[in-house]
Amino acid sequence: MRDSLGDVESVLVLGGRSEIALAAVRALVARRTRTVILAVRDPATVTHELAELRVAGVDASAITFDATAFATHDGVLRDVWATHGDIDVVIVAFATMGDEDESARDERAARDVIDTTFTGAVTAMNATADLMERQGHGSIVVLSSVAAMRPRQKILTYAAAKAGLDAYARGLGDRLHGTGVDVTVVRPGFVHTRMTAGKPPAPFATDAPTVGKAIVEGIRRRSPVVFVPDVLRAAMPVLQLLPRPVWRRLRE
Amino acid sequence: MTVSPPEHREYAEAPELLQGWGGTSPSRSIVWHPHDADEVAQRLHAPHDGTSTESEDDVDADPMPRGVVARGLGRSYGDAAQNAGGHVLAATALDRVLELDADAGTVRCEAGASLEMLLHLLVPLGWFPTVVPGTRQVTIGGAIASDVHGKFRHGSFCDYVEQAVLVTPAHGPITISATEHADAFWATAGGMGLTGTVTEATLRLHPIETSAMVVDTVRCADVDECMAAMVEGDGPYRYSVAWIDCLAKGRALGRSILERGNHARVDDLPARHRGKPLAYPSPFQPVVPFTPPSGLLNPLTIKALNELWFRKSPAHPHHGVRSIPSFFHPLDNIVGWNRVYGTRGFVQYQPVVPYGQEAVIRRMLEQLAVHGLASFVSVLKRFEGANAGHLSFPAPGWTLALDIPVGDPELAPLLDRFDEWVLEAGGRVYLAKDARVSPEHFAAMYPRLDEWRAVRNRLDPNGLLNSDLARRLHMLEK
Repeated sequence: MRDSLGDVESVLVLGGRSEIALAAVRALVARRTRTVILAVRDPATVTHELAELRVAGVDASAITFDATAFATHDGVLRDVWATHGDIDVVIVAFATMGDEDESARDERAARDVIDTTFTGAVTAMNATADLMERQGHGSIVVLSSVAAMRPRQKILTYAAAKAGLDAYARGLGDRLHGTGVDVTVVRPGFVHTRMTAGKPPAPFATDAPTVGKAIVEGIRRRSPVVFVPDVLRAAMPVLQLLPRPVWRRLRE
Repeated sequence: MTVSPPEHREYAEAPELLQGWGGTSPSRSIVWHPHDADEVAQRLHAPHDGTSTESEDDVDADPMPRGVVARGLGRSYGDAAQNAGGHVLAATALDRVLELDADAGTVRCEAGASLEMLLHLLVPLGWFPTVVPGTRQVTIGGAIASDVHGKFRHGSFCDYVEQAVLVTPAHGPITISATEHADAFWATAGGMGLTGTVTEATLRLHPIETSAMVVDTVRCADVDECMAAMVEGDGPYRYSVAWIDCLAKGRALGRSILERGNHARVDDLPARHRGKPLAYPSPFQPVVPFTPPSGLLNPLTIKALNELWFRKSPAHPHHGVRSIPSFFHPLDNIVGWNRVYGTRGFVQYQPVVPYGQEAVIRRMLEQLAVHGLASFVSVLKRFEGANAGHLSFPAPGWTLALDIPVGDPELAPLLDRFDEWVLEAGGRVYLAKDARVSPEHFAAMYPRLDEWRAVRNRLDPNGLLNSDLARRLHMLEK
């Protein structure tokens, strides 16, 4: 059960290999979190992370979760609730960035990015929202991106899918108003992770632990939208207002 | 007229987002408004055959799948009177006064009756509830569930409860008192509504001659002087309380205003009031009209308010006659005062530490001042004794109550550290105020927890009674 200062006991990560989500989990465990469930395509890929959490005294487990097996989401989440009882926080952290040139050419590549990043997140959020509404409280954290606010051409498909996800998550937050469940949309700028390795960093680049801390603070304050770093809250609207010819010339 | 069988009874209930008085931890419960005590007994005692499974598909079959807890006027600061996803029994409709026995000095009333209402009835008749907390806006049921205390240091609310009717899931309504079902009585005193639902209670009253208080007010330069003055001089006073300025640092650490009083006798009143010594008018009560953004109360404004509070008290020892509301419930005079803390709300931290552990109180005041974590009108009181309540808060020693706005990320770890000091000192925090203690610290602070659980489990073997507080502190486990 969450307490009045925003400390939580249990967290489920959908996309449990996400470095950003794991950084948030570490920050939560440093406070009161004692139950962590990592939902991943293959539980064997997070044995190291589970061991690390168990050393910290956490009841940590992994479950199988396929982001694009939409029909299974409801059942997988119900099983989590049936096994662990109430879950205070669910972090929706899975996404596929893909290769933009491939997405532009190959229908399957484009669909993979969209299905994972947008469609799968929507079905998972809806299943989560239903269970949390029944328990009368909870926080859903959705990892979006500043790219959702004005898609860059280098990652157009991914950014557009994130834009859809971002819009859906904010609307879900409105739908859940008054139910005791809140939705926090997290919009990091460029984050140095596996997913972005080798890509040229954008201005205001940050790292996973910083985003993790910002997520914990967002949960604590029930913030509807969190920017990391915070300066992007002011900078992004300016970028959005840039005339299109200028924006086009900005592409790296 | 036909009466529908109980299993088809329609209950007046609707979902509602509930919070404690601190305005934190919102959760949604289904709020059920029972019409009378029979309806409470019928629904809580409805036989559960134990064959229903917990699967989601059966949720509709089980009328209260996430349990139920009673709620009075919502004055507990944290999450005691809410039950996320489950039921909350709104007790305020059960507010009848049933019997006033002027010979015995007792009043029997339903559990949803408020102290406000009782004061209006009893004071003009020359009676006063023996223990009155810092607000009149509490129900009798809530006062029992938290075993509330006040400026009276010789016992807490349940010490003056002659008997009560407790509706338990296992046995339906039972009469409990210090002599009858004593273990159930003491598990219920401070049991946070988790042993059953009290539907009525009989209170022992204190006779008064007038509706006024004679109050002596002194300023103390620091917390040590204040504590010494309380220990030495509390004797002749029935009630005593110190208001501490937490933001004063250094030599002025814990500068305070000590207020001590007794019920006035007719002779104490100015001549013009002696004709109607028990008159108890309703004071004018301004209302906080909206919730301002958090941050209105910040270290700077709180410092200014504390200064004002300190300066408005007389610089030299002062003896005067005051009304019951102005002495007992100064904050009640502003309706919705909790809203000034803004949308993020506030927490109240109230520990008790035994005599001899005064240093812990001083250390907490120092740390608050160092961190600039402001608390407006912090209150210091003393207890002479404890009762037999398993989870009852009062214990011989000092109790400090701090109101702190939520927002500073330093607050949670700082209060955890306070918990450790309190625990080391052999003290505990007050559940009616709590919204953030850890389950481990809670269990260590209340060593009779397992004893309480054993009694509770007998009264409610299927765990029907539940609340956010119970979930957060793992109170029902084992």
